[in-house]
Amino acid sequence: MNTSSQTLSVIPNQVTVSWAVVLNVSWGSLRRRFLRSIITMLGVVLAIAFLTYMMMTDDLVKALIALKDDQLNVLLQKAGVDIFSGGGRDSMMILLIGLSLLTCLVGIVNAMLMSVTERIKEIGTLKCLGARNGFIVQTYFVESSMQGVLGTLLGMALGLIVGIMVGMATYGGAALEHFPVGAAFKSLVIALIMGTLMSVGASIVPAYWAAKKRPVDAMRVEE
Amino acid sequence: MISTSTVIRAAGLTKVYSLGVEKVHALRGITLDIERGSYVSIMGPSGSGKSTFFNIIGGLDNPTEGEVFLDGTRYGDLTSEQMAWVRCHKIGYIFQSFNLIPTMTALENVAIARIFYGRTPREARDDAARVLTKVGLGHRLDHMPSELSGGQQQRVAIARAIVNEPSVILADEPTGNLDLRTGAEIIDLLGQMKSELKITVITATHDMKMLSASDVVVWIQDGNVIRVANRDEVTVEVGTIDGQTLA
Repeated sequence: MNTSSQTLSVIPNQVTVSWAVVLNVSWGSLRRRFLRSIITMLGVVLAIAFLTYMMMTDDLVKALIALKDDQLNVLLQKAGVDIFSGGGRDSMMILLIGLSLLTCLVGIVNAMLMSVTERIKEIGTLKCLGARNGFIVQTYFVESSMQGVLGTLLGMALGLIVGIMVGMATYGGAALEHFPVGAAFKSLVIALIMGTLMSVGASIVPAYWAAKKRPVDAMRVEE
Repeated sequence: MISTSTVIRAAGLTKVYSLGVEKVHALRGITLDIERGSYVSIMGPSGSGKSTFFNIIGGLDNPTEGEVFLDGTRYGDLTSEQMAWVRCHKIGYIFQSFNLIPTMTALENVAIARIFYGRTPREARDDAARVLTKVGLGHRLDHMPSELSGGQQQRVAIARAIVNEPSVILADEPTGNLDLRTGAEIIDLLGQMKSELKITVITATHDMKMLSASDVVVWIQDGNVIRVANRDEVTVEVGTIDGQTLA
């Protein structure tokens, strides 16, 4: 009665679908759950905006201190800057940035876990149709990466704009005139790398968790 | 050797769930052969083990003991990658709550199954359109599931289940969320697909209308098969079926 020896070789592994299909499915899911995607993305936008703003302000203050202009020094001291310390990134600021990044990380993981929980039935259904675990991981990974990268870009823009506006309000035209383009660019690159790494990293756990769901869950979950 | 006319063989299936210290015996040793090309209804009250049996023969859950063969292949011998292939190529699933992917159109819902089969997206869309037209939804290809009625959603699910021309369709309470008339239409459609495509249809159901479409009716109670009857052996009476009180 054991027919396995003849049939095992006949049953191949399930085919792997192309990345184009994965991208298409992920993009469709993001687009058609627009509001939900925006809320998830907002967490990234705010955290990265805060990070960018902090680094941008720091760059600007350093550039202004370096000018050794009396009038600016008065303004800097009014703004609470210790002009004699050279405007280095102090431990308080590093703590603030660290906390904002941690909040962002927890926010993204939480949002992705919620999204997986909401969609257990969908994942089970896809597995019933023959989706490999890898396909589920890929779609969630791409989806959260897209949210992460787009959120990071928007957050950078927001942080930059607010940073310049606050700088101008505090230091007047000098903020724009002596804007440290090189240093600001470096800070933006750091923000981009941090935001992308964090959102991609935060999506790995929920994606694997999602892929491990058994298809029987599709039948169990009630509407 | 399993007869070639047997599409599914369940041999000595038991399933025990542990609820804390208590053990629940959902299946108590079910052995059943299902003939290729037949329309089988599995009847049984809630908690009878019907759904557990269904999930196990569909390869969605593992038995505690016993074996399932589909087209001579034993599920227990397969890796998860091979099992995914079997689900894709050999089995079409239909659910009570339709289970369409809410972010995909009717066409995409069917096409994704075809893509998993190995077709290119373009071929998959062509095949999906053809099958959706066959189930009477040629004019609803680009509608989202939320824009379709329950009956239409179940038709999309049927199209998705048959698009890869599987050996077996497993339909779990396919008319459970539908009104009487729509339910009857869905039963007719399943019967029609069975005859046209020579697919074996297995339904788990409470629906008495299913009986008239079935070739074989299997009653499950307390985790055991208590009766297997051919359609002509079943007499329908008001309130009971052949002496079995309706659940």
